[in-house]
Amino acid sequence: MNPYYELPQDEAGYSFGFLDEYAKREVRRNILKAICIPGYQTPYASREMPMGRGFGTGGLQLTLSLIGRGDTLKVIDQGSDDSVNAVNLRHFIELTCPGVDTTERTQDATLIQSRHRIPEMRMTSAQTLVLQVPYPDPLVVVEPSEARRKIMHGEGDYSRLLTKLYEDIVHFDEITISHRYPTRINGHYVLDPSPIPRFDVPKLHQSPALILFGAGREKKIYAVPPYTNAEPLVFEDVPFRTEDFSDAQGRRRSCHRCGATDSFLDEFTGNDGERIYQCSDSDYCHQRLSTQHSAANEVSR
Amino acid sequence: MGYVAIKGGGIAIKGSLEALEALRAAEGEQGVPLSLSAIENQLRLLTSRIVSEGGLYHPRLAALAIKQMQGDTLEAAFALRACRSTKPRLLATPVQETSRMRVIRRISSAFKDIPGGQMLGPTYDYALRLMRIDLSDEAPEVFRTIAAKFMGETPAGNLPETFPKVVDALRNEGLLPQAPARAIEPFDITREPLIFPIPRSAILASMARAETGSLLALAYSNMRGYGDVHPTIAELRVGYLPVFLPHPITGEEIEAGEVLITECEVVAMYENSDNKSKPVFTLGYGACFGHNETKAISMAILDRALQKGMKEGPANPSEDPEFVVLHIDGVDSMGFANHYKMPHYVTFQSDMDRLRTTQAKAESKQGNEK
Repeated sequence: MNPYYELPQDEAGYSFGFLDEYAKREVRRNILKAICIPGYQTPYASREMPMGRGFGTGGLQLTLSLIGRGDTLKVIDQGSDDSVNAVNLRHFIELTCPGVDTTERTQDATLIQSRHRIPEMRMTSAQTLVLQVPYPDPLVVVEPSEARRKIMHGEGDYSRLLTKLYEDIVHFDEITISHRYPTRINGHYVLDPSPIPRFDVPKLHQSPALILFGAGREKKIYAVPPYTNAEPLVFEDVPFRTEDFSDAQGRRRSCHRCGATDSFLDEFTGNDGERIYQCSDSDYCHQRLSTQHSAANEVSR
Repeated sequence: MGYVAIKGGGIAIKGSLEALEALRAAEGEQGVPLSLSAIENQLRLLTSRIVSEGGLYHPRLAALAIKQMQGDTLEAAFALRACRSTKPRLLATPVQETSRMRVIRRISSAFKDIPGGQMLGPTYDYALRLMRIDLSDEAPEVFRTIAAKFMGETPAGNLPETFPKVVDALRNEGLLPQAPARAIEPFDITREPLIFPIPRSAILASMARAETGSLLALAYSNMRGYGDVHPTIAELRVGYLPVFLPHPITGEEIEAGEVLITECEVVAMYENSDNKSKPVFTLGYGACFGHNETKAISMAILDRALQKGMKEGPANPSEDPEFVVLHIDGVDSMGFANHYKMPHYVTFQSDMDRLRTTQAKAESKQGNEK
């Protein structure tokens, strides 16, 4: 290398959306393929992003390839807009996509990137949800080889996965899969819905919004197109069960802030040792509270 | 009571970056900021490792990455890769002839008398690993004269510009199979996804930018007995390879610059062949940017092991292309190992739900049995 070489000082300037245009076009083409074959894991040449693999680089590549000026973006992690990783991703997108608005309000967003949760508020056909995926293949628990899994998917052979569910019932009298619950899309491919809780799985079914899944490290894109069937893998006589938030008396627990009894709850221990429950979706909780406040103000007037 | 779970991410990140920066400059008033040139030259093997694992031949940017990441090889290679993501691919390089390499070192452990002769060159192989205490307090005046003195005392001689390849000699003697036809379009792992089974060129490209330690560990498993390559190094060469690219207008190949690379060819025992053709030795190939001999040797051994696995079915992890190729990338593996530090509150809540439910069922079962 030329010993007198100086680094150009304008190297730090990035093009819109960080990735070069060819890369973004490639991702968009693969998104189209993923939508055309619901639930199929479309391979793509995932690019390295300036944050760690496993921190949402797959979702980020989808977001950056889709986003344009005029879009409004919401980024959440664990249901919260303010968690470290959500802040980091949002900051990066703001930095590389000038002219894009960001919001915390679910209904105001055109594009939502999320890790581990689907927002409580029902999304519309004008919105797209991008989920970050650590393990794209539900068959990985029963078959380590990707080449063999691909054949199993092609043949719709999920017998070993069903056997695992059956063995769970024999051992524990329960299906023990807590999150990443294998879900059959449009009657054929079974996908890993990313580590969303079982509570969120029914939201995939006949969703008006397009739901995209990006696995950066494993280099796969897949989709649940709008208004598509999404059925968790179960047996006829063993129904699918979401997380149980009922107390000892069988009453549904509520959020200690907004009182919601229809949201996924985070559990933590209060100062005097009692268990406290609170909405995991912070925007849902905030919006309910502010509606309650304005309603209370109306009454007091 | 406010919203508890996760809050203040932005402030935390800012503070964390400031703390990192403070540690980088912790020497305080005695500190001298590292120059990129010092890193590139005095830590040349570290720079080599980063250009190789980063998959981008840019020693100066690699030096910057080393400085910025405070010497973390995984992070530095990662930064270089992310930089690469912003660049379009302008053209595909044609096949480069390593026989054109301006070598600084080339050895063979197969023959004493290789065409062109052995050139030990710069290596720690026969250096005693005794601590050189004198380096702990080096006088700058002396330091600055070392290289000039070496060049001054080395006779100009009549060394050839290039050296013939040992494997060519072996091929001419009929001991090695002829080189595969050039017509095969190489697989570009930066633009095409890996769908197994993958061609050998995709495996070689993946290994060329793999993490050195990961390659070494898998190759070592083969050397120790989880496999049976039993390699002999036909040739290991390190040097500057002129890179020829097609001229944008005339299409004629012109020299665009040169890259420091390490190349290794291992010869292994012949395979059982069921057809009647003459038995020949088999070859494993390794090459990477920079001066990284451990990496090139590991790669060559794994290439041989994987070719065997692809032909006869893998009998060991190091012979299974999926196992090797998907577990050697430093950016992928370090990223995923570190992602476990992120909050997993929601999934853990689900885990607790399952555990409590099964615990309750187990308890009621025990109660019924009593």
